[in-house]
Amino acid sequence: MDKLTTAARAFAAKTMGHAIVFFAWLVTAVRGIWEGCEPVPVQRVYFANHTSNGDFVLIWTALPSRLRRRTRAVAAADYWLTNGWRSFIGRDVFNTVLIYRGEEGRDVNPMEKILEAVDAGDSLIIFPEGKRNMDPDVPLLPLKSGIYNISSQRDEVEMVPVWIENLNRVLPKGKLVPVPLLCTVSFGTPMRVRPDESREAFLERASSALLALKPATGPQATSGEAPEGSA
Amino acid sequence: MSAASADLLKLLFGTLCVLVLATFIGRVLRAYVAPDRSNPGIENLNARIDAWWGMAALLGLAFLAGKTGVIVLFALIAFAALREVLTLTTKRAADHWALFGAFFVVLPVQFWLVRDEWYGFYSIFVPVYAFLLLPVVAVLHGDTRDVFIRIAETQWALMICVYCVSHVPALLTLRIEGYEGREVLLIAWLVIVVQISDVLQYTWGKLVGRTKVAPTVSPSKTWEGLVGGVVSASLLGTALYWITPFSPWQALGMALAVTLMGFFGGLVLSAIKRDRGVKDWGHLIAGHGGFIDRMDSVVFAAPIFFHLVRYFWSVV
Repeated sequence: MDKLTTAARAFAAKTMGHAIVFFAWLVTAVRGIWEGCEPVPVQRVYFANHTSNGDFVLIWTALPSRLRRRTRAVAAADYWLTNGWRSFIGRDVFNTVLIYRGEEGRDVNPMEKILEAVDAGDSLIIFPEGKRNMDPDVPLLPLKSGIYNISSQRDEVEMVPVWIENLNRVLPKGKLVPVPLLCTVSFGTPMRVRPDESREAFLERASSALLALKPATGPQATSGEAPEGSA
Repeated sequence: MSAASADLLKLLFGTLCVLVLATFIGRVLRAYVAPDRSNPGIENLNARIDAWWGMAALLGLAFLAGKTGVIVLFALIAFAALREVLTLTTKRAADHWALFGAFFVVLPVQFWLVRDEWYGFYSIFVPVYAFLLLPVVAVLHGDTRDVFIRIAETQWALMICVYCVSHVPALLTLRIEGYEGREVLLIAWLVIVVQISDVLQYTWGKLVGRTKVAPTVSPSKTWEGLVGGVVSASLLGTALYWITPFSPWQALGMALAVTLMGFFGGLVLSAIKRDRGVKDWGHLIAGHGGFIDRMDSVVFAAPIFFHLVRYFWSVV
């Protein structure tokens, strides 16, 4: 009986995965732009800008299906384990690597869990800003050290910068329904920590690699500023 | 078989022959010039022709499915087009519900009104009701930054992608004496003439084009291409007068009007692309770009064509 339940859950998870990918495509017609590397099955850590809860679904959708199976997102356990439904999506459908962000509730060091997944041969999707960037005027928050730690300890893994464009407009914070808009996911040139490269220097380099992928197209910047004190 | 479906089958057969010929030319060119697919121009030509097969098949199926098929097809085109244009407009989080309303209220209501043949409402729904009410939804959020640009660009996108596109299936609601049951052929004529005009303007421009019409807007639009394309497409439109309620001379006049409007559509939408720094509106139609890249001419021609036919021919 347990076996049957497991099989049913696995089937439901697989179907759900296809449905989510199809839905993401229907809303965003997402297109992967492989600027600095090819979509080939080598072990990688994709690190991306983070503006929406749908970010990893979008990267997952932009990957060719043969790469999806071995690519796992690193996600916050304190979000994805809060109820049965989220846990089904996070664990069963996307097989995420769940880590605890804060000190409380931690059973293992997050970096240990991440390296464990790397050593198992999986590719990872990680959002080094650490939280969603909610300020439309700031393109990228300062990066946390995780990507430096991964690359300096597992230097055979390609660190690939990824820029997700427009998803924050499809699903802004606090909104339950998406607005259909075209999104792109740009994959940059793989990088690694250089010998003797400092943490700060690597994170700086990673940050500029991300910003360099941001498309220059879209609405023109205006100088429109709401005057102080008027509403 | 009714007269309309006999004519429709003749048109489909003619289109099939043109596509077979085009495919043959494209493949022969590739075989002689660059069999290793290294010539980007020829590869793009072949990709475009392949996409034409898909577009012709979809349109043909919609025609055979009748009124509902045509309305559903153009509603889906409107959805894809609106998604392309709104991707490039200025917007802020405060616009979320207004944009949601544009896609999931305004668009379906407009096409429903066309299906209902309620001319008095579908011809003012977007320019009056959406125009006045959507900005209210956006403004209620209290964010005034760029608000004039935001509401203006959203409304423009709705007019182009929903209002103008809906005037293609709206041709089915016209009632012309002696032409009952054949209205779908008006759509076929409009789409064939305008699209062929695009192809011929491009071809003439490639062959003899020298003088650019608007070099800062589009480097590919030349006077030679414009005149050659408009004249040759209008002659085709005249030759197809037998599927329309027009006499040959009237067909010529109509064809000149819609091909010129089609040219204007391409020009205006190219200028907007240039302003926003993109080459294509989208990527879903291989070789062509996005839906707006393919529909820009039809979008501009359809409402004018609709009103000319309605004023001079229709009894409703």
